[in-house]
Amino acid sequence: MVNTNKTKKNNREDLEKIGIQIDADETTDTAEEEDDDNEEEDIKQPAKIRKKQNNRKSSKPSDEDEDNSDEDTKLKARNNRRRLPVQNGIRKNKNDKDDESDEEKSTDTAKNSRTKARNKDNGKGEESDDNSELEGENKKTRKNPVHNNNRNNRNNANKRQKDEDNKKVKQANSRGNRKGEKDNGKDKKKKGKSSSSSSSSSDSEDTLSEGELAKVLEEVEEKKMLIAAIRTKAWRMKRKLTTLKESQEFVEKFEGALGKGKGRKFYAYKVMMMKKWIKFKRDFENFKTSCIPWEMKIKEIESHFGSSVASYFIFLRWLYGINLVLFSLTFGLVVIPEVLMGLPYGSIPRKTVPRKEQPTAMDFSVLWEFGGYIKYSALFYGYYNNERMIGVFKYRLPLSYFMVGVGSFGYSLMVVIRTMARNARENGIDGDDGDFNFSWKMFTSWDYLIGNPETADNKFASITTSFKESIVDEEESQKDENIHLRRFLIVLANFLIFCCLAGSGYLIFYVVKKSQTYSTLEELTWYQKNEIDIVMALLGMFVPPLFETIAGLENYHPRIALKWQLWRMFALFLGNLYTFLLALIDQVNAQLAEEESIKNKTLAMVNSFNFTNSTSESIPAIDPADFPRGPCWETGVGLEFTKLTVSDILVTYGSILVGDFLRALFVRFINYCWCWDLEYGFPSYTEFDISGNVLGLIFNQGMIWMGTFYSPGLIGINILRLLTSMYFQCWAVMCCNVPQSRVFKASGSNNFYMSLLLLILFLSLLPVIYTIMTFTPSFDCGPFSGKTKMFEVIMETIQNDFPAFIGKLFSYASNPGLILPGILLMVLAIYYLNATSKTYETANLELKRKMQMLRDEQKNRRNNKYTVNPMLQDLEDLLPNNANVNKPESNQIVIGKQPNEATRANGKHGKEMTLAPPPPRMVVTKPPNPRQVSHIPGQPRSGTPGSGPRRPSPGQSRH
Amino acid sequence: MGSKQSIFTEEQLDEYQDCTVFTRKEILRLYHRYHSLAPEIVPCHFNDCADIKLPLELISEMPELKENPFHQKVLQVFSEDKQNKMSFNDFLNMFSILSDLTPQHLKAHYAFKVYDFNSDNFICQSDVEVMLAKLTGDELSDEEVQLVCNKVMEEGDLDGDGKLSFTDFEYMITRAPDFMSTFHIRI
Repeated sequence: MVNTNKTKKNNREDLEKIGIQIDADETTDTAEEEDDDNEEEDIKQPAKIRKKQNNRKSSKPSDEDEDNSDEDTKLKARNNRRRLPVQNGIRKNKNDKDDESDEEKSTDTAKNSRTKARNKDNGKGEESDDNSELEGENKKTRKNPVHNNNRNNRNNANKRQKDEDNKKVKQANSRGNRKGEKDNGKDKKKKGKSSSSSSSSSDSEDTLSEGELAKVLEEVEEKKMLIAAIRTKAWRMKRKLTTLKESQEFVEKFEGALGKGKGRKFYAYKVMMMKKWIKFKRDFENFKTSCIPWEMKIKEIESHFGSSVASYFIFLRWLYGINLVLFSLTFGLVVIPEVLMGLPYGSIPRKTVPRKEQPTAMDFSVLWEFGGYIKYSALFYGYYNNERMIGVFKYRLPLSYFMVGVGSFGYSLMVVIRTMARNARENGIDGDDGDFNFSWKMFTSWDYLIGNPETADNKFASITTSFKESIVDEEESQKDENIHLRRFLIVLANFLIFCCLAGSGYLIFYVVKKSQTYSTLEELTWYQKNEIDIVMALLGMFVPPLFETIAGLENYHPRIALKWQLWRMFALFLGNLYTFLLALIDQVNAQLAEEESIKNKTLAMVNSFNFTNSTSESIPAIDPADFPRGPCWETGVGLEFTKLTVSDILVTYGSILVGDFLRALFVRFINYCWCWDLEYGFPSYTEFDISGNVLGLIFNQGMIWMGTFYSPGLIGINILRLLTSMYFQCWAVMCCNVPQSRVFKASGSNNFYMSLLLLILFLSLLPVIYTIMTFTPSFDCGPFSGKTKMFEVIMETIQNDFPAFIGKLFSYASNPGLILPGILLMVLAIYYLNATSKTYETANLELKRKMQMLRDEQKNRRNNKYTVNPMLQDLEDLLPNNANVNKPESNQIVIGKQPNEATRANGKHGKEMTLAPPPPRMVVTKPPNPRQVSHIPGQPRSGTPGSGPRRPSPGQSRH
Repeated sequence: MGSKQSIFTEEQLDEYQDCTVFTRKEILRLYHRYHSLAPEIVPCHFNDCADIKLPLELISEMPELKENPFHQKVLQVFSEDKQNKMSFNDFLNMFSILSDLTPQHLKAHYAFKVYDFNSDNFICQSDVEVMLAKLTGDELSDEEVQLVCNKVMEEGDLDGDGKLSFTDFEYMITRAPDFMSTFHIRI
């Protein structure tokens, strides 16, 4: 009696589990619409019935069971083929593949027949869901075939169980209840070994074998995968929720049963930690998203201006994030330790304002130029002391200064490259522009973010214009244009632009040279002081529009024109920047020479000071402010960059105020008393210039990267700039700009801007590394004073703070004998990777060409057929069996089968059936008269009557 | 937001976070939006309204959807029952699909459903015409509409049956540079 109880218990658990499995199994089919839900019910039924019987011991056969028998037989037929391999237990790998394909086929056929049956019932087909789901599955197959295989395995098992269940129900019906139940019990027990039915109850655990364990483990893993991937399933929420709950319950229930003996505790521990980890990850994710600022602001802009303008602000936010990290690095590791633990202000010469400058050190005009107290503050390089360790913590400030400088470059590089790689992965398959011109316009031109009536109107208008333009282009594409004139214009435009670039470069060079002569003068006017900045700002303001005007000559497509424009502006800015840098290096060289003389003087003085110190033993009363000191070229460089940044900020804000705000005010209020309509006429409101703004931002970032090594405070200024600019520009764009009349985005613009940023990063890395590596640091200011080169700080640390063998290791590693092979290896790796990518590229091209050929071929074939069609039609009409026999059947098959076929053949052949001659294997599943379908008059292809005008084809005009 | 715990239970929040791409905050925000659409119908606590549904017309008044020429069809695609009503589950699902974290193939799946106006599982000429009418109004002449339709079919139709199946559509849409950024509603 105890025994039977046990079996009963087992049974019930088995059955519960089967119920769960079946549900999960259902997830592979689609049940989005009600029909499918019904079906789900149907399949669940046997398990339910079984349960009922077991519990209540009542032998009422349910009616649904009978209804199901039709389907059951099908299932059986399907499963019969699989039973063998499953029963063998562990399958051989070789079989696996065959089986899989076999199964795929059988699933398909079964599905077909099922769909057909359903169609008969419902009239209207719901194949699409199966279709899409299958496709999803196919995708999965491609992704991880191993898993799918497993799942198939399990599906087999499940189906088989279901089958047997059904059989048993019938047995039970015929034989009577008790007996049937006993039978079942035995059956189940037997099956328990072959299938994965294991339960968490204690007695069955003892009998778990290795294979079962593995299976359960597999299943649990599977469920976990499902849970992880559930959000990417195209299901209704309700279904997602129920599936999720079931899988979670399953995992909950069976996870504990895994692991054996000693391993079990460990496993349970692991599982628990895993859960904790997932929970933590989710909380962290929640925390992270709640930290993302300006979400609402960006949303507002998006709804007013569409995604393109908002992309600028998203970029701005991203840069802000990077700068925040850099800021915390610099301030946390360099500035704050120096301020807190280093010597206070005024204790040593480098931290004191010189006597000569003291009277004016607090004047606003001086502070505005970052002179006076600011120049001798922790914002600049010169303030830092060269003491190896400071404070009670023995903080190695010079080392950390160096490491932070290098590390911020490393971090920026890493972030930019990672973002680029992610972008590239996301839109890796970039189509050729010409292929889908109209389709893209049709399906992706509406911006779902737009939520403002005015913008929506603009968008409608711009979409209409773009369609019209494309139509005109399409019609005129055949027309010949004057190629010589066009070429001439392009050459002319490029020549003019080159002249502009060269001119602006020379202008800057001239101004910088001139400003160096000013340094000998005592009194400088405001203009003389700011000449470089003014000239650069003016150039930045006036040359880009000039470029745009000249680019009008070229008559490119706007997308291409935008790219050209960006590159030209980039070249302009870059030229300016590098001219500026060259001038700066000249200045540094001059200062280095000057420093040499002062150094001698100071050394003599220090010597004498030491001398007097040792003899008289009295502290000499030399005030640090009176100490002679060198020019400290590093601070000079930092100062220049800071000034440039600030003037750039001012120019940007000023131009927004004047160019956007005042203009908007003027247009808005003077319009009442003006002779023409200002709002739609000449001045109008401004549009937001995305490309210009993004470029400005990128260049600003470049300057920050360059300057931040010599001026740690610069990054703080930049943070402020980005912060204010976010609010200011948001305000400006909402209050004085109008949505673009012509909305388009540079394709993949994200990565285009990113590559510009990367380029700028690299270009700003160069001068910094160059100065670090070649110039001697100033002898009396900065953390590296007293060393011949800045990077010596590393060697010093290795020598003094690390055990000797590391120093040895380092010296070995820096041996040319090791470095050269290393470089060689890297070059080889690059070469190899390059070669591989080339191969892939060619393979890709080859495939593309093949596809193009296939398409062309099909098109040709279609066209040919249209011409031959009338004749064929006549012939067909002559054949009697065509009209009588095939018509109804083909109709059905098309409704029921086509989508499945389409899915199986990846959509390629499904339609071939209708228009092109079928490939040979189609014959198996389809009666050999493919063309029937397309020209049965008035035949609703998919159940919707009058599904709209079809493509005007000769096939139709015939009737 | 102070009543975090009372709107949903922790398990519900966890489940929703499993099923959508949203974080807890966004789910709560969405529920507030849903609630504010019809404060007299939808209770403050989710537990009481598990099967309350709002009519689609009410939801289409949301500023995020109002200007969208396809909003009716979008709502239809995402609403579960046929009576033009939408439950919170569907509501959440809709914005999850339209969020920018959703993978491309899923978006393509739903985009296809949205643009398939006559729900015949193909985008055929009539669908394209409807779309064009919604996008451009009556600005284009009949010939131009025909030309555009033919062009779209010619470009996208890989297998030559005169209409776009999902495979065609997906192939086309996954190559579009703007699809991911435009088929997106920020919440």
